[in-house]
Order: sequence, then C-alpha cells, then structure tokens
Amino acid sequence: MSEAGAMAYRRGIVLILVLAALSGFEARAPRAQQEKDSCVECHATLEGPLAAPVEAMREDIHRARGFSCADCHGGDPSRDDPLESMDPKKGFVARPLPRAIPALCGRCHSDAEFMKRYNPALRVDQEREYFTSVHGKRLRAGDTRVATCTSCHGAHGIRSAQHPLSPVYPLNVAETCARCHADATHMTGYRIPTDQYDRYKRSVHARALYERQDLSAPTCNDCHGNHGAVPPGVASVAHVCGHCHMRQSALFQTSPHKAAFDAMQLAECVYCHGNHDVLPPTDEMIGTGEKSVCVSCHPPGDAGYQAAERMRAMLDDLARQLERATAILDRAERAGMEVSRAKFELSEARDALTHARVLIHAFSVKELEGVIRPGLDVARRGYEAGERALAELNYRRKGLAVSLLFILFLAFLLYLKVREIEERR
Amino acid sequence: MRVVGRVETWRTWLDERLGTDAVREFLRRKEVPLHRHTVWYYFGGMTLFLFVVQVVTGALLLLYYRPSAEAAFESVQFIMTEVEFGWLIRSIHSWSANLMIATLFLHMFSAYFMKAYRPPRELTWVSGTLLLFLALAFGFSGYLLPWNKLAFFATKVGTDIAGDVPLIGRFLLRFLRGGEEVTGATLTRFFGFHVAILPGVTTIVLTLHLILVQKHGMSIPPSLEGKSLPTMKFFPNFLLRDLIGWVLAIGALAALAALFPWGLGEKADPFAPAPAGIKPEWYFLFMFQTLRLLPAKVWIVEGETLGVTVFLLGGLFWMLVPFLDKPTSRRRSRFFTGVGVVLVLYIAIMTVWGYLT
Repeated sequence: MSEAGAMAYRRGIVLILVLAALSGFEARAPRAQQEKDSCVECHATLEGPLAAPVEAMREDIHRARGFSCADCHGGDPSRDDPLESMDPKKGFVARPLPRAIPALCGRCHSDAEFMKRYNPALRVDQEREYFTSVHGKRLRAGDTRVATCTSCHGAHGIRSAQHPLSPVYPLNVAETCARCHADATHMTGYRIPTDQYDRYKRSVHARALYERQDLSAPTCNDCHGNHGAVPPGVASVAHVCGHCHMRQSALFQTSPHKAAFDAMQLAECVYCHGNHDVLPPTDEMIGTGEKSVCVSCHPPGDAGYQAAERMRAMLDDLARQLERATAILDRAERAGMEVSRAKFELSEARDALTHARVLIHAFSVKELEGVIRPGLDVARRGYEAGERALAELNYRRKGLAVSLLFILFLAFLLYLKVREIEERR
Repeated sequence: MRVVGRVETWRTWLDERLGTDAVREFLRRKEVPLHRHTVWYYFGGMTLFLFVVQVVTGALLLLYYRPSAEAAFESVQFIMTEVEFGWLIRSIHSWSANLMIATLFLHMFSAYFMKAYRPPRELTWVSGTLLLFLALAFGFSGYLLPWNKLAFFATKVGTDIAGDVPLIGRFLLRFLRGGEEVTGATLTRFFGFHVAILPGVTTIVLTLHLILVQKHGMSIPPSLEGKSLPTMKFFPNFLLRDLIGWVLAIGALAALAALFPWGLGEKADPFAPAPAGIKPEWYFLFMFQTLRLLPAKVWIVEGETLGVTVFLLGGLFWMLVPFLDKPTSRRRSRFFTGVGVVLVLYIAIMTVWGYLT
C-alpha cells in the first residue's frame, strides 16, 4: 500500500470510529432539557474523579445553553441501569480519544447552521484551522501528546473565551500554552526550546498585558494564531509584527535594509528586537555603542555605520534639549509661574521625538533630520519660555521687596500718627 | 485765608445738599470702648476692606475674563501670562477671597462669643449671617470661573450636594447647573451670580449691616457691661489703627501673590475621569467631611439628605440665635456659649480631618 493510500485508510478508520461514537446522538437537541439525567444523578453521588465532572459542569457554558453529558459522551441518560445508560451500543464513550476530539467538538462548532442558534458571531472554522496547525498536523500523523481542543479550553467547565477565568482569556493564554511548552519533559523529542514563556514574561508585551492589564497587548496566540498555531517563518514575521506596528513595518519595507535582509534570509523585526522577549526599545539600540544592534552587520567606517552614528546623535540631541526645556518649565511651574501653554507647546517636541524613533525604521538620515530639526526648534522655544518665566519670578520677588518696604514704611508712619494723636490727647 | 474760606464754602454747599455736617458730627462723637477684647473689633473692618479689594480686583479681572466654556480657561491663562500685572490682580483676588472668609469667620465668632447679638442688635446679627451665606455663595460661584479641572469637579460634587436638599433639591440642582450636567451653561450662570446677583444683594445687606453697626455702636461683652470703660475716638484714632491693618493686609496680599501665585491647573474636560481625592475649598470642607462620614442610609433617610437638612437647619438656627438666647437667663446664655465652643471645635476638627483624608 502506498503512503497516500495508508494515510487515506487511517483517516477512514478514524472517521468510522468517530461516526460510531457519535451515532447514538444524531439529533443534537440539548438533552439537559429532558427531565431525566441519570449521568448527573448517579455521578453526583460518587466521589473523586468520577464526581468531579458534575461539579465542574456547573460553570460550563454548554450546560448553561442546555447541553448535558450525553451530548458529548453518548449513552441514554433516561435509563437508571448503568449497563443501559452507558451502553456502547447507544454510542456511549467514557473518554473520547485525543484524535477524536477535534471532530467531536467540530460536530457542533463547525456547523454554521447549528451554531447560529447559540452564538451567530462565533467562528465555525476552528476545526479546519486546527488541522493547519502544527498541533493538528502532528495529531493526524498519530502524535497524541499534542494539544487538542480540550487541552486549552478544558473538557468540563468550559467557559466563554471572554470569561476572565477561561484558560484562553488573554491574561491566561500564556500560562495555558506554557503548561506544555514550558514543560521540558513533555516537550522532549520536539526539538524546540522550552524557555519561551519565561522570555515572554520579560517582554514589553507581557508588561503591557499583565501590568497595565491592556488586553489588546499580544500574547502567544496573537502572533502564532490560536487554532492554527504555527511558528511564523522568516517571510511572515514582519507581517505578524506589522499587524500592530504598521508604521514601523511600512517604513522598513521602503528602507535599504529590506533588500539586504531578504538576501541574507534574516527575519526582519526579530533580528534586532528578538521574538518572545521583545524588550522596550531604547535609543541605545541605534548607533555604534555597546548595545547597538547596527554594529552586528556594519563595520566601523562603512556608510551604514556612519549613518547609524549620525542618527543616534540626532536622537540624543533632541532628547537632551527636550529634557532641558522640561526641567526649566517644571522649575518655573513649581515656583507658581503659569507656564501651562509653554508646556503644552513642548508636547510637539515630544511628539517629534516619538516620530523620530519610529522613523528610524526608514534608516534615512535625511528623513530623520526633517523631523528632528522642527522638534529642536520647539524645545528651544520651550527652554526660552522657562527662562523668561524664571526671570519674571525674580522680577516679582524684587518688586515685592521694594513694595513691602514702602508698605511697611507707610504702616510705620500711620503708627507714628496714631501715637502723636494719642499723646496729644 | 482764601483757601480756608473756599473749603468752608464747599462744606456749606455740600451740607445744604447732603447733610454732611450730621455725618461729621456723628463721626466726631463716635467712640470705641477699650477693654481686653477690643482687638476683635478690627476684624469687621478688615473683612470690609478685603471685600473692597475683591470688588476692585474683580472689576479689573472683568476687563479680560470671558465667561464661556470655550474661552474662560484661556482668558484666565491670558490674564496670568500676557496681561501686565494680570497675575498680581488674579492672585490677589483669589488670596483676598480666602482671607476675607477667614476674617469673616473670626468676626462672626468674636461677635457670637461676646454676645454682640443681644437686643437691640438682633438684626445686625441676622444681616451678618446673611453676609456669611453670601460670601460662601461668592466663593462657590467664583471657584468655577477659571474653568479648570479641579473647579469643574468640585462644582459637580457641590451641585450634587445641593441636589440632596429635601423637596427642592432636584429643582435646585437643575437651576444651579442650567441643565442636568455641569456645562458651559453652568459657567455662564455662575458668572452671572458672581458678578451681578450676589454683588447686588450683598450691597443691600452690607449697607443695612453697616447702618445698624453705626446706629447701635460697638457692643460691649456682657461681663463688662455696666462698668465704666475708657474709650477711644473712632475718628481718627480707631480708623487710623484700622488703616494700619489694611495697609499691612495689602502687604500680605502682595507677598502671597508674588511668592505663592494662585495656580490655574488644567483646563476642565467633562469627559476626563474625576481626579482622585477631590475636595472643596477649605471653608466648605467641614460640611463635605461630615457628608462623607455619614452612612448611605440613616434609618429610612438617605445619609446625604439628612446631612444637608441638618446643615440647612443649623444655618437657620445660627441666624435666629439672637431670638433664642435669652441674656436674662444665665443657664440659657451658658448653653449658647457651649454651642459656640462645640461648633468651633467641630469645624476645626472636621476641616483638619478633611484635609488629612
């Protein structure tokens, strides 16, 4: 038998097994609506793992929609006799095999007509997508250690992905993936690292997600996909990053680096920024210093080396001028001077610096200069406004001293007058 | 001789038309009793002086201030940065407002403890308490006018509290805000209250208060009543002393304005979240702190409604003190002194507590 034939044969067997398992509950009307449910009645009286599903199902979204044990496990919950209720002839499957799970879930979740009745907004291509993932492909190839639907969503007690306690809620996704991917024993034989989770936790993305609770910050599935999880390749990584960092990505595509990176087969963003442990970018990454990423390709003296040096000097200059202007305006404000307009105008320089840091991805000294120069002008005007405010403060204090002298002198004269009048009496 | 003759002619001319000689004669005879509590007599004059400062600086601010949500903040910013000595005028206006409330409180409590409200000065006290309420209304309405973040939210909280007044609360809230929310309409309204209605009413009540003070003269504390006390001429002796105080007050205001200019903060943004720990001006803090401490529900009444009702009744009680305290009954008189002491302690403790929390 050819390889393709063997594959088709195996697929046929799996299909027959699944169909056999599911034949007992062809009509998918939720069974919980029926009065009798011997599964719950009996398992609730048991102890340990046999009772756990009943407890877990209390929070399950399927149960909330009216589904019950038999909708997935088959059998006949209207019968009290265990031999009848859990009769394999009635489609009962105690523990669905991993390779049967995608089809088991997909029986409903891939059926657009059926899903519309419960959640018209929910996608119905998860099963198809799953089989494009590394997990799905390996499962088909017979590897039952890979993740299936229940590995991430749970089996009993499945919650909506929007529920904060769901294992696939954005704040929980990394932990869910890490349960396998950070487990060196589990990952033995797959020849991929197991430190992604630790590295991700250090990243700027994780900080945004966990510290700022910014649910739009990327976690594993945002770059790798969820049901179709794959590692993005050299060709696609820029698209993945560019999904959020559009401007940087667009600038890079037009930069001289694009052709060079393509020729050297370098993953665009990842080469300088890393992948799982993407740290907050700093100005030190550009230039020719110790932490510069430019020097890993550009030797001293070449055009790129000089451009990097020049761009770094421009960024530093604007940052320094901005800091100087902010400091003097803060000082004037602390002294009670009204400098809010100058401070507001200084935000233009701050915007220019932010813009310049993004514009670095075009790697063009000329373009950068076009943004830095106006920024420097604004910073200079801000500093001058601060100087004027402090000079005004000084003037006021001197004015106060002179005025107080006159005021006290006048009060003293009045006092003398009062004394004179009273002594005269 | 010719100059003296001309002055005499003018005096006669004025007297025939205005009766100025009677005023001169009144001033010549007016005397101030001297005793160990005389110092408290100066606070009424000081409050009046600071009020005049408010009128003058307020009028100057009106030259540049623009009462709309779009322009108010910018106009005050313009006054603070571009207008020659605008910063000084605005800072003095703000500082003087606070000092005026402070001296007003001192004047009021000194009058209260010296029982200056005794017959026949009941109406002097009533007009004085009305001036206190007017001054608080000036403070509340003026606070919003720079249209900055703090003022915006303080007004929101303040008008919310007004909404808890029993029966008319809902109407009062809408009347003050000019709608359901604090908006540009509220600012325009508050501006109207601050520069037209309140000054008009204050002028009438203040005139009455001053006339009554002149008519009845300075009150002597009951403990010194009947004793022969030395006196001081009001004009020029007492007035010159007053003048020294006023000149020093100008110095203090100038120093405060130059060393601690009144800040402007950020422009109000109705869509921004309320800044944390929002507090009213210090003279409202004891009431605010009380409302904050009250439970949400006291028996069947909303806590805030109960608090506001108690404060309203308290204000009414305070105004009617002259008619409730009987100077002939020593027990009752002592009770009212006790009430005053408790009130001063209450205000002091609640204000400090309000600041610290």
